[in-house]
Amino acid sequence: MIETHGLTRYFGPRVALAGIELSVSAGEFVTLLGPNGAGKTTLLRILATLTRPTSGSVRIAGLDPARAGEQVRRKIGFLSHRTLLYDDLTARQNLQFAARMYDLADSDARIDQLLEQVGLTARRNDLVRTLSRGMQQRLSLARAILHRPEVLLLDEPYTGLDPRAAQMLSGLLAQLAGEGCTILLATHDLAHGLEPGQRVLILAHGRLVYDERTDAVTPATLAAVYRVLTEERPL
Amino acid sequence: MSFLRKVWAIFARDIAAELHTREMVSAMLVFSVLALLTFSFALDLRGEMARAAAPGVLWVTVAFAGTLGLSRSLAREQQSGCIDGLLLAPVDRSAIFFGKALGNLAFMTVVELVLLPLFAVLFSAPLLRPGVLLVMALGTLGYGAVGTLLAAIAVNTRAREVMLPILLLPLVVPLLIAAVQATAGLVEAATLAEVGGWLRLLVVYDLVIIAVSVLTFGYVVED
Repeated sequence: MIETHGLTRYFGPRVALAGIELSVSAGEFVTLLGPNGAGKTTLLRILATLTRPTSGSVRIAGLDPARAGEQVRRKIGFLSHRTLLYDDLTARQNLQFAARMYDLADSDARIDQLLEQVGLTARRNDLVRTLSRGMQQRLSLARAILHRPEVLLLDEPYTGLDPRAAQMLSGLLAQLAGEGCTILLATHDLAHGLEPGQRVLILAHGRLVYDERTDAVTPATLAAVYRVLTEERPL
Repeated sequence: MSFLRKVWAIFARDIAAELHTREMVSAMLVFSVLALLTFSFALDLRGEMARAAAPGVLWVTVAFAGTLGLSRSLAREQQSGCIDGLLLAPVDRSAIFFGKALGNLAFMTVVELVLLPLFAVLFSAPLLRPGVLLVMALGTLGYGAVGTLLAAIAVNTRAREVMLPILLLPLVVPLLIAAVQATAGLVEAATLAEVGGWLRLLVVYDLVIIAVSVLTFGYVVED
């Protein structure tokens, strides 16, 4: 579902990604671990067609984003550490706007269903700026999955969530994975990283340095490997 | 049709946000009226002097007020990463350009509709003529289009408020010259045919800028 070959991105003289070779199968839930500055956000932004790679190739569902950007974007849901929400619109208006941008036919029913799912039905008519950080993050997730994407890219989705909201997010992600959605979740937090995925990757200094199935590694081993490969203490 | 629906959705969202906050149009209006009053104190507004100065003062005021609004328009999208939300939509990037440019044109038009009668009274210039309105429309179209493109570039720079006028004003010199000359001619009772050369320059400028914007907007807004 996701294929990259020799994916490289420079920001001026700095290398953010150095020749990433990545393959994620359809329906797979992959966790991408790495410290701040490792290149996780850059990788996800390239996959989401928001950033152009300096060199290398990307295929999403067999499509090249550089040539078939619109088709690729229809298949992608992206949850950033920023909310991508308009503060001066209500929760419902934000989803309605997104539905119009995705040409959704059954938008009203879908919006109601998602607001219920993320526990925001009672706050649907409140301006986004009046919602807590956790509520905004849940609404962002609703926005990201509104169009039923085949691939969900999540960049630090647990940031700012209280334990209850984090649990709700984990539940939603498990449900989406169960429905066959391909998920790539980037985080620097090992506690959230190992739990939901089937496969764990570690990105350090712009390179993929570790790739293992989660059932083949214990949290303690992963923490030790992470410390050695990233030269950082895990969170 | 899908393309037009998305252009309309972006335009309608900008209008809804402005109706809610009223921050862009009100800032442009206050600036325009203050500039108008400043010019009216600074210049001798008696007789022919006022009529001669009116087109230049009008377009300088419109240009500076437009810059205020344009920088705010894209900065608003940067809040909470909303521009990424637009870029993730399955639509050609040019739809985002047209939606944003239409919103900017609408805001500038509202300001001009208030400004023109005030100018006409203070400068004793017959500005409320169909020909002048045509020049205003052509000039505003070009200014709004190039301004939207450059605001998208400036918004990603550190000194975005400073950067937009620095990028924009040199590029709109041909447009301002043509608009001022055409307006001056029409104020002096020239026919549209007599200012046809300036009108053609405005039309060509608008077409070139819109074509360049459509071709480059995607590169400008992506990292």
